[in-house]
Amino acid sequence: MTFLTTLLSGVSQGLCWALLTLGVYITYRLLDFADLSVEGTFPLGAAVTAVLINAGVNPFLAILAALACGMLAGFCTGFLNTVCKIPPILSGILTMIALYSINLRIQAGKATVTFKKDSVKNLLSGWFSKLLHTNVNEKYISIGIGVCFALLAIILLYFFFGTEIGAAIRATGNNPFMARALGVNTSRMTVLGLMLSNGLIAASGSLYAQLEYNAAIVTMGQGAIVIGLAAVIIGEVLFCHKDHSFAYRMTAVVLGAVIYYVILAFALKVNFLNATDLKLITAVIVTFALSLPVIKGFIADRRERAANRRQYADGGADHA
Amino acid sequence: MLEMTGIRKTFNIGTVNEKQVLKGVDLHIYPGDFITVIGGNGAGKSTLLNIIAGVHKSDGGRLVLDGQDVTYLPEQKRARYLGRVFQDPMMGTAANMSIAENLAMAFRRTRTRGLRWSSGAAEAAHYRQALERLDLGLENRMTTKVGLLSGGQRQALTLLMATLQKPKLLLLDEHTAALDPKTAAKVLALTEEIIDENGLTALMVTHNMRDAIKLGNRLIMMHDGNIIYDVAGEEKRALQVEDLLKKFETAAGEALSNDRMLLTQ
Repeated sequence: MTFLTTLLSGVSQGLCWALLTLGVYITYRLLDFADLSVEGTFPLGAAVTAVLINAGVNPFLAILAALACGMLAGFCTGFLNTVCKIPPILSGILTMIALYSINLRIQAGKATVTFKKDSVKNLLSGWFSKLLHTNVNEKYISIGIGVCFALLAIILLYFFFGTEIGAAIRATGNNPFMARALGVNTSRMTVLGLMLSNGLIAASGSLYAQLEYNAAIVTMGQGAIVIGLAAVIIGEVLFCHKDHSFAYRMTAVVLGAVIYYVILAFALKVNFLNATDLKLITAVIVTFALSLPVIKGFIADRRERAANRRQYADGGADHA
Repeated sequence: MLEMTGIRKTFNIGTVNEKQVLKGVDLHIYPGDFITVIGGNGAGKSTLLNIIAGVHKSDGGRLVLDGQDVTYLPEQKRARYLGRVFQDPMMGTAANMSIAENLAMAFRRTRTRGLRWSSGAAEAAHYRQALERLDLGLENRMTTKVGLLSGGQRQALTLLMATLQKPKLLLLDEHTAALDPKTAAKVLALTEEIIDENGLTALMVTHNMRDAIKLGNRLIMMHDGNIIYDVAGEEKRALQVEDLLKKFETAAGEALSNDRMLLTQ
């Protein structure tokens, strides 16, 4: 039973981060832009959601509002980079620290704002409990919501990146010289990609606040970029080959987020580790994920050397 | 077609590396011209092309393309009128996108991009036909990522992409320099074919004097930021490599100093 609980909690948390992972995938892989605004836009989504829900706004609408605010933040990062010509990492950091103050403003100076009205999860578990006449495990509701949003995002992104503008964004990230030579305004595409990415990340923050904390916490973005990158890399290393399609890749990075949180959930079950070790565990998992290609290469190289030795050992025997 | 008047360009202004690369270039390109450009190291050949393409903004002078003043038009807007092939075969294509996707990007060079689907079945047939003429078997690998192609294949594809929508002016910047001799010859033959067939106006920088003489109807020689020799028609057809070397020495007062040019002549 504890195994199942741990697994479920890992999966449901991972799914909350699915949208963030997709956002990070867009900037890091498609745009080739190391965007650190993530750490500010994730709690921004939560902050906006908390204030709106407490003001009586429909929680689904609050997710959309979070998305819009995230896009605005992404626009700022894009503006700093493409108009002010500030390097990507610094543009992201500037937006990030500006957002820290802005998020506190939105939360009226409070570090934590608890939801006083129904979140998406409470709303849906209420509906389902009434419908099925029993109490439904909240984890299943969370997982259901997470899967729905992840699927919706993957489908929409798949179609968007298949359009002319979507292809222009991909070309911009892949080869800006070629893109400009073919009439693409690469600055505009960079801004658009950042808006899309940060919109998704803020929506992810909104979901995380609604499904896990039932509150907005101003520090919840700490380490978000690392988790996003870890998810992207775990997903790619475990599931992707060169020729896989775009939709498949997006699904893979979402699964990467889920796997990351499942590992984390089980790691925290180990007796001598406690919740404050979370960041250290994160760093270890990410380091491992990032060095997986090197480890794979090392093993392949050892095998090759062994085979080589065997072959020439035989050859030597022939000559003797 | 294209009128360049008094185009000047200086790089690294105000530093020890300050270099005046173009010193007031005047050039009039007529419709149907196929001009080859030669010159020594640092003569300003590539800069000239980049000024036309809008990669660099000129410090002074005027650039008029087909009656439209494009002096201050940004690069991506000029792209509607220009086809470009670069020296680096990696530069003209997107490695992570498929052959078909690259062609679809090129197909939309002349229009505003929207939320329409970026490549349909009708287009695919058109691309297949275009690829067939390259005779590289690429028509059967339309979904292959361009990064998996060789340098020569990528350069041939870039050439096709540059001319998929007929450009007002085709800019070729030493586009065969990075290829092995056999592939270079093939890409060059293809270039000539495409230019002839579509009646394109083209400007080709080359370091190969034989190619410069053999191809095109007009030849210009650059030295130290100026055009020092401009020859067309009958006179150009009669040119020999020795004539060019002599011409350079009398005009520039020194021997031609292009390492690659001297090695390949």
